[in-house]
Amino acid sequence: MVKPTWRSSRRTVWIGCVTAAVVALSLIMGPSAAPPDGESGSENDCAWRSKSGRYCVTYRSRLDPITINRIHSWVLHVETPEGVPVDHADIAVDGGMPAHDHGLPTSPRVTKYLGNGDYLVEGMRFHMNGYWEIVVTVEAGGRPDRVILPLEL
Amino acid sequence: MALTRKTVAAIAAVVTLVGLGMWRYWPGEPAPWTDAEIEQLRRLWIGSLPPVPPDPTNAVADDPRAARLGQQLFFDPRLSGNGQVACVTCHQPALRFTDGLPKGRAIGVSMRNTRGLVGAAYSPWLYWDGRKDSLWSQALSPLEDAREHGGNRMQIVRLIAEDSEYSAAYVALFGPLPELSDRGRFPEAAAPGVNAELEAAWQSMSSADQQKVNTVFANIGKAIAAYERLLLPGPSRFDTYVEAVIEANEGAQRRTLSSEEIAGLAVFIRKARCTECHNGPLFTNNEFHNTGILSFPGEVPDRGRIDGIREVQQDPFNCLGPYSDDPVKECAELRFARTGQSLLGATRTPSLRNLSGTAPYMHKGQMAAVPEILDHYNRAPTAMIGHNETKPLGLSRPEIERLEAFLDSLAAPLATPSEWLAAPDLRRRDRVARD
Repeated sequence: MVKPTWRSSRRTVWIGCVTAAVVALSLIMGPSAAPPDGESGSENDCAWRSKSGRYCVTYRSRLDPITINRIHSWVLHVETPEGVPVDHADIAVDGGMPAHDHGLPTSPRVTKYLGNGDYLVEGMRFHMNGYWEIVVTVEAGGRPDRVILPLEL
Repeated sequence: MALTRKTVAAIAAVVTLVGLGMWRYWPGEPAPWTDAEIEQLRRLWIGSLPPVPPDPTNAVADDPRAARLGQQLFFDPRLSGNGQVACVTCHQPALRFTDGLPKGRAIGVSMRNTRGLVGAAYSPWLYWDGRKDSLWSQALSPLEDAREHGGNRMQIVRLIAEDSEYSAAYVALFGPLPELSDRGRFPEAAAPGVNAELEAAWQSMSSADQQKVNTVFANIGKAIAAYERLLLPGPSRFDTYVEAVIEANEGAQRRTLSSEEIAGLAVFIRKARCTECHNGPLFTNNEFHNTGILSFPGEVPDRGRIDGIREVQQDPFNCLGPYSDDPVKECAELRFARTGQSLLGATRTPSLRNLSGTAPYMHKGQMAAVPEILDHYNRAPTAMIGHNETKPLGLSRPEIERLEAFLDSLAAPLATPSEWLAAPDLRRRDRVARD
């Protein structure tokens, strides 16, 4: 067997150190919960903009602060980017925890239109702390549009 | 003599092995709690337990007179077909209101493991499969289950009416009892959905009379529920530890939990991620999860909540039904309950404050001891039915042992005063004997 020379051993060690440093750095930096595509930002006071940009959605939880394991309601506010409230839209609410590959523990739905673009959503509940995404689908005379509301509990 | 390369290698190997052993088996200090973790500990702390939530479906839920009546009923074996089975038969105070058996055993063998009642008032659903949505409606089911109490509602309503103490207590709480002497209108025994004979007797009654009997039956459940709402967990060494952490008192921390137990707590909230389901001051989110528990030997896997949700939606004694006292009938949990395939094989998370002394565990008592449970979650096997929500944890044997040590630190006597934890009649007899 040919004994490895001191030079080739040093190269091996150097490659190992670089690899270890790269691995260590990526572990330290860690995965980041990237904000959902194109929905963050506060241009024109639009907190959460739908995918095709037609709606701005904000929400107010009637349980404030939101704590887990308590059923509660939200009021969703839907308006156009110009600030015009969207009346009588068909709204569906879904979502889950992407990191845990599960949906919502309940089946929340809009039970009342409160006027002025406000929709009462009943049946909201969260059963774990962590990062949730609430997916709101808005349809007002046309193609349905989606907005994702991120929520860290 | 110079050290040969072999000797050096051997020494290096021994040193490495000893070092590795020390590193793995020495509890050492886990990394200090981050601010976020201290907040997590605070949420698990018994000091964060809110008052028992109101139950608008039960008008006497918080009435102490109802709780006293409920306690009597809970311990009374006359609420059964053979006069020998009371709620306490399976829900024994000494075992935190369980019975130490894989499945409940009374007249026959029950379908599943007896759930503990401590803190049950906080859960929107009862049973492993959530087929009841209130404590009071749950209390009615065993009474007519042929494997459990083997009674029928007509017989039990008659018992209340014909016992002078019971009827006085009942009338004070709920108003007049129906007049039951006419056997033509009110048979000796009758109930829907139990067996053919009782069903025929039930069907011979007018619907107005059926409703009268159902109302008294529901009220009996409401009194029992008022008693059960008093069954609450007490502070454990873990809770004292959390107080010491909140106060940043390191000396007190070390006095309340051992380093092994603290290391186990660190595993609990970090690597093992137990708080995903075992969260809140009761260490349960009372939600339905499929964690791949193997079926009871010789039985098909339990379908769990997917059947339970259908049952509770059709239950005449549910939140939306005519026997619910809720005037508004908001019934959010029932109206917005999750349905669908994710419920297949899903059962309701139990509280970890009740682990001590309540073996065996899981919905049919499939696991005899805590180490079995921890091994199961570590491996996260494929579910026999539905989809196992958990993933393998990669815990080492020492980490599992520390986790078990931590779980033991949750044991504590109930906060409920002892007078509620025994049969009231016994106490009265004792008092009479003493005087």
